[in-house]
Amino acid sequence: MEQSDAEAVAQIRAGNADAYRVLVERHSRSVFRLAFRMTGNQQDAEDLVQETFLRAFRQLRKYDGRAGFGTWLYRIAANCSLDLIRARKRRQEQQTAVDEEGQEMAAAASGDPTPDRIAFSGELQQLLEPALNRLSPTERTAFVLRHYEGMCIEEIGKALGVQAGAAKHSVFRAVQKLRRALEPAVSTGRP
Amino acid sequence: MKHLHEEELVLHYYGEGAEWAGEHLQICQACRASFESLERVLRAMDRLEAPEPAHGYEGRVWNRLAPGLTKSRARWWSELGAWLTPRRLATVAAMAALLVAAFLAGRVSQQRQQTAGLSGPVRERIMLVAVGEHLERSQMILVELVNNSATGPVDISEEKQRARDLVDENRLYRQAALKNGDRGVSSVLDELERTLLEVAHSPSKLDSAEFARIRERIEADGILFKIRVVGSNLRERERTPLATGSGEAL
Repeated sequence: MEQSDAEAVAQIRAGNADAYRVLVERHSRSVFRLAFRMTGNQQDAEDLVQETFLRAFRQLRKYDGRAGFGTWLYRIAANCSLDLIRARKRRQEQQTAVDEEGQEMAAAASGDPTPDRIAFSGELQQLLEPALNRLSPTERTAFVLRHYEGMCIEEIGKALGVQAGAAKHSVFRAVQKLRRALEPAVSTGRP
Repeated sequence: MKHLHEEELVLHYYGEGAEWAGEHLQICQACRASFESLERVLRAMDRLEAPEPAHGYEGRVWNRLAPGLTKSRARWWSELGAWLTPRRLATVAAMAALLVAAFLAGRVSQQRQQTAGLSGPVRERIMLVAVGEHLERSQMILVELVNNSATGPVDISEEKQRARDLVDENRLYRQAALKNGDRGVSSVLDELERTLLEVAHSPSKLDSAEFARIRERIEADGILFKIRVVGSNLRERERTPLATGSGEAL
């Protein structure tokens, strides 16, 4: 019979580190997907998977079992990803003095593909990642957890360590920014 | 008629909106048009797919992870906590100081082969391991603080004590790195020192707002990520074979 997450956790706490393999094998793909959507980079995502499982193992004594192990693991993965994208964003900010609003305006004024070309040539795909990159780290995390992972606002709040109202606001701000960036491109009627 | 706010449309899209929002959309053309436009954008986001890891991915993750888990870190840490009495801590700190002093002395005197009976590369290897361990211990404290999901008052007396213990050690390693021109390591150790000091000087019991400020500070500085990167670089350097001549900077 397949071992449950709770049983595996109990075994690890009893000193059987090998029992962690069950949890790694069960959750590594979903953690990878989350990490990829947070970072947009496969190598970073793979590193984050390692980092997440290592942190989770070290903090297992703090896991109280109130949330499912997967949810708890996602919180750690989200925090690991936040660390990474914040550090990356700061580096980018140091490299360029151009502010985000300015970039948006410049992009709008430049010869970006027209809606028609985008909708029918698959170039829309190329706009999605840059649009996500314009979100703040917290907005991106909140959006990824809501949109791709299907977490409710309350769970997102717990994952980010903020009140539900703040989590809701982050999701809302993220959607607002994405809408501003992508609406012209998708307004041709092709979702 | 009161129209739906954009926030209400977003919540409705994700199935978390009020029931009346759905009813309103049935009868209000303007809100329905706005909702459909929002829907198009969010459906477009579905196209951003994550690549599926190749077959056997889970096994590879485990294989990379397993060597670090052979000894239960949690048990190791609690056992270490019990072992580190104030007297032992003082001894450990003194040994670390001696090690750093020997390292620096060796650098300055240019007599790398003779100092303390250790060759330069061997001494540097010891330093790499020591700094790596130090970063790992610091990281554990910060990770525990960041991932503490408590909603009420938080007792950080344990983390505070551990941070205090690490500050002096951190200062020595930072000076050694600076002396040897390793700006990357010294800069991260400098940031780490400020974070450790902040934790060490915080009250033992924090209300949720105070605790949130500490966490925000840790997160805003991205120090955990930097520690991870430097730690990973140090491990890489530990794995390189020992050179017979003089070694590279810490």
